[in-house]
Amino acid sequence: MKEMTYSEAIRLAMTEEMRKDENIFIIGEDIGIYGGTFGVTKGMIDEFGEERIKDAPISEAAIVGAAAGAAVTGMRPIVELPFLDFITIGMDALVNQAAKMRYMFGGNEKVPMVVRLPGGSGTGAAAQHSQNLEAWFCHVPGLKVVAPSTPNDAKGLLKSSIRDDNPVVFIESKLLYNTTGMVEEDPEFTIPLGKADIKLEGSDISLITYGRMLKKALIVAKELAKENIYIEVIDLRTLAPLDKDTIIQSVKKTGRAIIVHEAVKTGGFGGEIVATIAESDAFDFLKAPIIRIAGVDIPIPHNKELEKAAVPSEKDIKAGIYRLLNK
Amino acid sequence: MDISKDILLEIYDRMVTTRFFSERINEFFIKGIMHGTTHLSVGEEASGVASCMALDKGDYTTSTHRGHSHAIGRGMEVIKIMAELFGKVTGCSKGKGGSMHLADFDKGHLGSNGVVGGGFAIATGAALTQKMKDTGKIVLCFFGDGASNEGSFHESLNMASVWKLPVIFFCENNLYGVSTPVSKSMNIKDVAVRAKSYGIPSYIIDGNDAVEVYKTTREAAKYCRSGQGPVIIEAKTYRYLGHSKSDECEYRCAEEVNRWKKKDPIIIFKNYLIENNIANQIEIKRIEDKALKEIDLAVEFAKNSPNPPLNALTEDVYA
Repeated sequence: MKEMTYSEAIRLAMTEEMRKDENIFIIGEDIGIYGGTFGVTKGMIDEFGEERIKDAPISEAAIVGAAAGAAVTGMRPIVELPFLDFITIGMDALVNQAAKMRYMFGGNEKVPMVVRLPGGSGTGAAAQHSQNLEAWFCHVPGLKVVAPSTPNDAKGLLKSSIRDDNPVVFIESKLLYNTTGMVEEDPEFTIPLGKADIKLEGSDISLITYGRMLKKALIVAKELAKENIYIEVIDLRTLAPLDKDTIIQSVKKTGRAIIVHEAVKTGGFGGEIVATIAESDAFDFLKAPIIRIAGVDIPIPHNKELEKAAVPSEKDIKAGIYRLLNK
Repeated sequence: MDISKDILLEIYDRMVTTRFFSERINEFFIKGIMHGTTHLSVGEEASGVASCMALDKGDYTTSTHRGHSHAIGRGMEVIKIMAELFGKVTGCSKGKGGSMHLADFDKGHLGSNGVVGGGFAIATGAALTQKMKDTGKIVLCFFGDGASNEGSFHESLNMASVWKLPVIFFCENNLYGVSTPVSKSMNIKDVAVRAKSYGIPSYIIDGNDAVEVYKTTREAAKYCRSGQGPVIIEAKTYRYLGHSKSDECEYRCAEEVNRWKKKDPIIIFKNYLIENNIANQIEIKRIEDKALKEIDLAVEFAKNSPNPPLNALTEDVYA
């Protein structure tokens, strides 16, 4: 294990896979010498050249669509968009084309591509550069959706995503890029898609989260342990396919569930987790209603204090937990 | 450029097969015995078929919602196309795609597309593969006049031109986007002039002349294969039938339709074959009879094929 940032872990995952398989290339805006909007691909052009670290025109529809076209003809493209928000321009290519090609052509084709999207707020870039739209992608059968929260998960999950034969939407939380953690160095280390990870075991409450909110959840859980409240923190890591089993088993054990995500509450992925619990036999174990702590239903504002108030804070999470315990 | 007799007769064969196929499908929809919808290419057989015939084995195509001529033009098995329209498990897409989703990846046909403009970027990406792997193969991207007003047209042509990708962007300009005439949807008469914005060559041709379509596509393919980048071909043509099964064609007059019918691509090509002593009436008749029989057999095959089993519902969502 070696300490590195989330950003370095993503770069390492791509570098290792590209060394192994010459069909992999990266296509995106300003990913070459510039190194990408958040510097994730910095330096990769030196090793792989501009043919495989492909700076594209500012054309998200063509970038995502070309990736699909390359994928069905033998390549394994990785798309990097500057901001998750810009996928709206490439949505036809992703939703109507890449996600559908296998099914609507009778299962004859594979579409191995990864679309890396830096998401989330916290940079002051306001409403068009800060969204968390993962629920949209989860609503499209044919797509896989991954949202890692630690450098090690980012590396292992990205490698699995690159090796997967389906279109994978890989959501990177931009506020995590500079966070550090211990990362497996073995080039054959991967983390399978569709497996949640229990980041902290506990007996009183199941806290289900993913992405940037994991850190806040763990801080809250550690604080509350001092009050003898033991929270089990589940990091979903992959949203589609969803590891329902881990969620259900945990809720059966604790009898209480709280879901925390950065995305806005209405229509958010948290609703799907609530339904997963409510439709399962874990329902009979519930001692209290399920609670969602999520983003406020607004576009992200620019002002720093307003921006902070738009997403769940540690205080919000703690308040939710007290509510769950009738405290 | 001389075209061999074999190729000319094969073009004729696939053109009449497309015509008979389309007419039969139209009949099924009128009788109400076919599920879904369809967009027929009657009147556009030369542009759709002769262009495909000008490609080499291993070349790729992307197609549109009006894609039967392209599927047949690429040599896809008619029985599988017919079975697909019947929604049968023996169809090319196992009955899950229908009229707008015909593909045969082994033959390089990357599929027709239900989204207007959906194929531009896919074709561009397929061409990127050819360039990166240095295969010497090219991609032909069919699109209509209406699709050239989509953003993906501009994005893809710009990308393909700056990367010098081997794509022929082949416009079948049938003068209408559903009901809206070209004159009401763009400030120019010819789609091909848009090539200038991307610094690429273009051709405007009579899309009802199979020989011209074939020769121009061969020439454009040679240009693409030489690594010089993409090309636009605009083939002027006309669809005799409505946009889709439910179109009464109230937006155009009978006189216009009749004027185009006098320039029927199949009759023009048949006359060419006879006048140039490439085929006689007997040979022509033999091809037509064979094509008709093929359609009859395809209908029989499709009708007798089983529906997909219900457990196929959730199959093939993921690889």
